[in-house]
Amino acid sequence: MTAEAPTSLPAWMLETEGGGIAPSGRRRRRGAAERTLDGVARALERSLFSEELAARAGTLQEMDPRLKTVCLAVLLLAALLVRHLPVLAAMYALVLVLAWASLVPLGRFAGRVWLFVPLFTGLIVLPSIFNLFRPGDPLLVLWHFGEGASLGPWQLPAELAVTRQGLQGALLLVTRTAVSVSLVVLLVLTTRWSVLMGALRALRLPRVFVLVLAMTYRYIHLLLGLVTEMHLARLSRTATRLPARRERRLAAAGIGTVLEKSQVLGTEIHEAMISRGYSGEPLTLSTFSLRPADLPPAALMLLSAAAAWGGDRLLG
Amino acid sequence: MHIPDGYISPQTAGGLWAAMVPAWYYAGRKVRGALAGRRAPLIAASAAFAFVVMMFNVPVPGGTTGHVVGGTLLAVVVGPWAAVLAVTAALVIQALFFGDGGIIALGANCFNIAFVSPVAGYFVYRLVSGRSPISSYRHPLGAGIGAYVGLNAAALLTALELGIQPLLFHDAAGTALYSPYDLSQTVPAMMSVHLLVIGVLEAVVTSLAVAWMQRTNPGLLFAAAPGETAGERFRLRPLLVALALMLVFVPLGLLASAPAWGEWSSEEIAADLGFVPAGMERLEGLWSGVLPDYGFPGGGEGVSQAVGGYLVSAALGLAAAALVAVVLAQVVRRRSSHDG
Repeated sequence: MTAEAPTSLPAWMLETEGGGIAPSGRRRRRGAAERTLDGVARALERSLFSEELAARAGTLQEMDPRLKTVCLAVLLLAALLVRHLPVLAAMYALVLVLAWASLVPLGRFAGRVWLFVPLFTGLIVLPSIFNLFRPGDPLLVLWHFGEGASLGPWQLPAELAVTRQGLQGALLLVTRTAVSVSLVVLLVLTTRWSVLMGALRALRLPRVFVLVLAMTYRYIHLLLGLVTEMHLARLSRTATRLPARRERRLAAAGIGTVLEKSQVLGTEIHEAMISRGYSGEPLTLSTFSLRPADLPPAALMLLSAAAAWGGDRLLG
Repeated sequence: MHIPDGYISPQTAGGLWAAMVPAWYYAGRKVRGALAGRRAPLIAASAAFAFVVMMFNVPVPGGTTGHVVGGTLLAVVVGPWAAVLAVTAALVIQALFFGDGGIIALGANCFNIAFVSPVAGYFVYRLVSGRSPISSYRHPLGAGIGAYVGLNAAALLTALELGIQPLLFHDAAGTALYSPYDLSQTVPAMMSVHLLVIGVLEAVVTSLAVAWMQRTNPGLLFAAAPGETAGERFRLRPLLVALALMLVFVPLGLLASAPAWGEWSSEEIAADLGFVPAGMERLEGLWSGVLPDYGFPGGGEGVSQAVGGYLVSAALGLAAAALVAVVLAQVVRRRSSHDG
């Protein structure tokens, strides 16, 4: 009996050393190279997390990947068409139920989505709740400017207020984005990349396109390794922070190196494929079959999508 | 710049998917000829590059770091159409793995970032670099300007796509159903940061990377896309056929009862929405066409006059566009022969 596999890299592997200590004794700010290494580590961790979860025996993992992809896409489309907040909230609840049934750790699942959504969508949408940016019925008056107030060339309204329309619109956008992102994350977390590619092929996406996607995924890992080595090698030979101008030149040279490497790689892999009998037409192994057990989750997703859309129309 | 799902309506997203399908098809055909059997691995490797290049943090003035998109750089090396396919694949993987950009919005993101940006960037690069020798300063310069133009074109399109949402999609009370900011807000917000910071960073890094390739591996600037980079002839006939067809179909516009999409006058907007956005009212008087409403002043109101006026306007417009194209082509040709 083996212990349960870890769902993520240990924290120490994700941390890179800070910028070190400056001669003044203060900690140095983290430089561009360290940030690049952090980004690469996060990308690798994410892909490891997905592959591990996709191997679990949850509801969505066991479902036929073609059917699952279609059902989740239908739900996604419904989420984009729905116009009422309560309906979207109900859809989010459904997403959580699906995640739970698929043995996805709910904390990390919600965390991954809600870290992204408030950070980006929340910040972007925040100004729109005020009547400065979008007119609407005032809900909460924050400040009275008085009539005819202006800020430089801008005419200000008589009062600064949070508007009902602004707040509703913001909540709608945030919730809609959260539901959409969750659905995509759910698909990726419960489907191995190779299986997802097989499903896309079975759904009649052009063969070459699917082949390119599958190969891209593999090369990304290879090139991420190259980027890590390049930055580690440089950091281990750098005693001090370089001026920004020099950092930019090094980054450009690094980008040039990766581009060059990718072109060499493409040619080499093609030669390797030819030597193994590749005739220009890719073949994929996709032996998917629908099972009776696929029916309940598929029915749940499709009927929920229909109910959400129909219910939303009934609400007006 | 990646639009997530939920920011644009499915209708807008659908339109941009429809726009991308012919672009992908055309790119696939161009690449099939240029790369023969090598295309799948080469495009995959280029797509992996397009993904990984966004991981590079580059210092920007002010102590922080930014990242580049690299679409134009890739187009310079593999040709614009292979770049379209490669950046598309990178965007798909980003959308799936990082939630960076939506799935339904993928058509829009591909249109902005994978199609317009590298193609516009590449053509500006070719315009500036011409047939200059591979060691010429015009290659890094052209790539830099191309990257700047390409990235800002993509930013502008993103701003337009987001900015039309509140005008087109809101409920009766005025609640925006998708992105809440209108054009007067999205365009300045997106363009100021892209014109001043992000575009400059993209231009500098692209230019430095091309200069680095000139020094270390100049073959890369020529070798990867035979037929694409080696002064391919521009084919005129398909363009002429398309223009002729458009000319023939132009009067059909008169038969449609609704105004052209996106070309509403303020009266039409007032009738549809019940109000005229303040910015539009202010700007509408700024420009009136030489031939307002595609007709002639005093040209009469009958259908035959209208069709005639419409056709003449169309012909004049096409002629003006052709004139610009001819002048541009001549400039490029002179510059090339001057270098050669």
